[in-house]
Amino acid sequence: MAAVMRLVNRSTLCSAMGQQYVAFSSAAKVNAAGVRAGHALPEKVKIVEVGPRDGLQNEKTIVPTETKIHLIDMLSASGLGVIEATSFVSPKWVPQMADQVEVMKGICRKPGVSYPVLTPNLKGFQAAVKAGASEVAIFGAASELFSKKNINCSVDESLQRFDEVMKAAKEAGVPVRGYVSCVVGCPYEGKVAPEKVAHVAKRMYAMGCYEISLGDTIGVGTPGSMSDMLEAVSREVPVNALAVHCHDTYGQALANILVALQMGISVVDSSVAGLGGCPYAQGASGNVATEDVVYMLHGLGIQTGVDLSKLMDAGAFICRTLNRKTSSKVAQATCKL
Amino acid sequence: MGNVPTTVKHCLSYEQLVQDYPWLKRWLLEEKTITGHKYPEFVKIVEVGPRDGLQNEKEIVPTGVKIQLIDMLSGTGLPVIEATSFVSSKWVPQMADHTDVLKGIKRAPHVRYPVLTPNMQGFQDAVAAGATEVAVFGSASETFSKKNINCSIDESMLRFKEVINTAREQQIPVRGYVSCALGCPHEGHIEPSKVAEVAKRLYEMGCYEISLGDTIGVGTPGSMSKMLQSVMKEVPADALAVHCHDTYGQALPNIITALQMGVCVVDSAVAGLGGCPYAQGSSGNVSTEDVLYMLHGMGIETGVDLAKVIEVGDFICSAIHRKTNSKVAQARGRAL
Repeated sequence: MAAVMRLVNRSTLCSAMGQQYVAFSSAAKVNAAGVRAGHALPEKVKIVEVGPRDGLQNEKTIVPTETKIHLIDMLSASGLGVIEATSFVSPKWVPQMADQVEVMKGICRKPGVSYPVLTPNLKGFQAAVKAGASEVAIFGAASELFSKKNINCSVDESLQRFDEVMKAAKEAGVPVRGYVSCVVGCPYEGKVAPEKVAHVAKRMYAMGCYEISLGDTIGVGTPGSMSDMLEAVSREVPVNALAVHCHDTYGQALANILVALQMGISVVDSSVAGLGGCPYAQGASGNVATEDVVYMLHGLGIQTGVDLSKLMDAGAFICRTLNRKTSSKVAQATCKL
Repeated sequence: MGNVPTTVKHCLSYEQLVQDYPWLKRWLLEEKTITGHKYPEFVKIVEVGPRDGLQNEKEIVPTGVKIQLIDMLSGTGLPVIEATSFVSSKWVPQMADHTDVLKGIKRAPHVRYPVLTPNMQGFQDAVAAGATEVAVFGSASETFSKKNINCSIDESMLRFKEVINTAREQQIPVRGYVSCALGCPHEGHIEPSKVAEVAKRLYEMGCYEISLGDTIGVGTPGSMSKMLQSVMKEVPADALAVHCHDTYGQALPNIITALQMGVCVVDSAVAGLGGCPYAQGSSGNVSTEDVLYMLHGMGIETGVDLAKVIEVGDFICSAIHRKTNSKVAQARGRAL
């Protein structure tokens, strides 16, 4: 009863103050199945480095192939276990990734390191495997409008396309990672319902994706909305198959990652130097910087396997080449210039 | 709260805050839970932009601009705005106009305007200029204390004791700051027990609230929780505040950690004013806008209107020709 009264009071207060309403239902849901609330932080966190793909894809300057290869090689040397190398999408749509085959063939693959590539459809998958890919990723959205505007089809249609990729990948023994975008907010639809995210994540997992990365595409999430969403998703997908892909557009990424870790998530996507802006908020930042994530995790005593100074070397290299400032605060702070 | 008179203690308590803001409901004093972690229902924001923020800006800001900044902030719902510092203008030229600023601002009802008073001279000048709340600044690092205020921690405590005793006689509340709570630019690692010791001394001398400052922004949720565990053995959580710097991007997760441990007062600066004198080109204070965005997104009340703070940030950034450090302001296409 007290919780209901608080709900009523809050909505009155919030509408009076014009503030964002956050469902205060967590007290009741704390013990729901699938949610590990308020438990110890993981000992190890796997960082999925998306700089060479998600990061560069959002950079205006077309980066030479040799630069991309050198970046990936430097990242391999820093101890990262997963580095998203490129995207087998049509160069018509994403010119930055036109050199996908050369990049795949040109990188020095460090043993024990995985180099997943994006494959939006069967054709992309086949080209990826031919170029030597041994892990792929597919990309869905939790928002219908975003799906239509981004990949020109509904969420259901996109999942059907991925079905073909999933079947082919299964036959070839190639693991598939699933991404869900707009998990907290959509640039077109606004707020996204946690149940919708859970629905898409569940389907991808059921289709055979070994891991689902939940992306706050426009960075609007806060520890409040992130945890609501993660609660809903972790009722459908085991928490050890989930990852968070936070954007730092509103400065919330590290706080969101901390809260996700407290809920049992132990896989975090990030981008060296915070590469990649936000196409929906001009001048704003996008991906969270890997350096800043690693700094926080190491400060918490969590192992990542990453050598921060080597990572920063890679960040310094790509920023020099792109003639841009790093978006990593750790890199800015330690640079004495 | 040490020897602070009951009347003063009462006016600084949450009960008084709730009475001052009639729209706040009693239940806001309770905790809320998000996925097993408790958070305060209400967080008091202490806006340090006009003092801590501007003090670290290179350009000397005209008095009129400072006054306008504070007046605009007074209209946003912020309950506490640190107005200026009664420190010698030899040391801090930016604050040379302290008397004019304090006399020039329009004081909004229910808003407090504390000022820094490093010693008796500063305290007397502050009171003469109309100050009704003051703050003293200690350090958890001996080296930092010597380099920053030219004396040891013990010596600084003696100075502050004088100020606090006089303030108590005049019914003026005193806030205590502890700098280098999570690291020192000279000494490096700072023992949590040292922070606890300094915090305890300030609290027992009569400071109603102790703000723990991560002066160089090196703290992480790991070091923040260790430090707070230590301090909370000596000072109750409801008398603590965190003053996080965002130099390494850790401010918001550090604030989350503090809130989870029962702290409910957060210092921040509009537009993230104020760089870091120890890491050239780096940011300093966490932005009030980014803190508000996070707290409101979690359903935590602050009484502050974020849109109005963004406008104030726009104003001060164009007045002093700098870009905002607030990511929320940048995302909304402001002050680029």
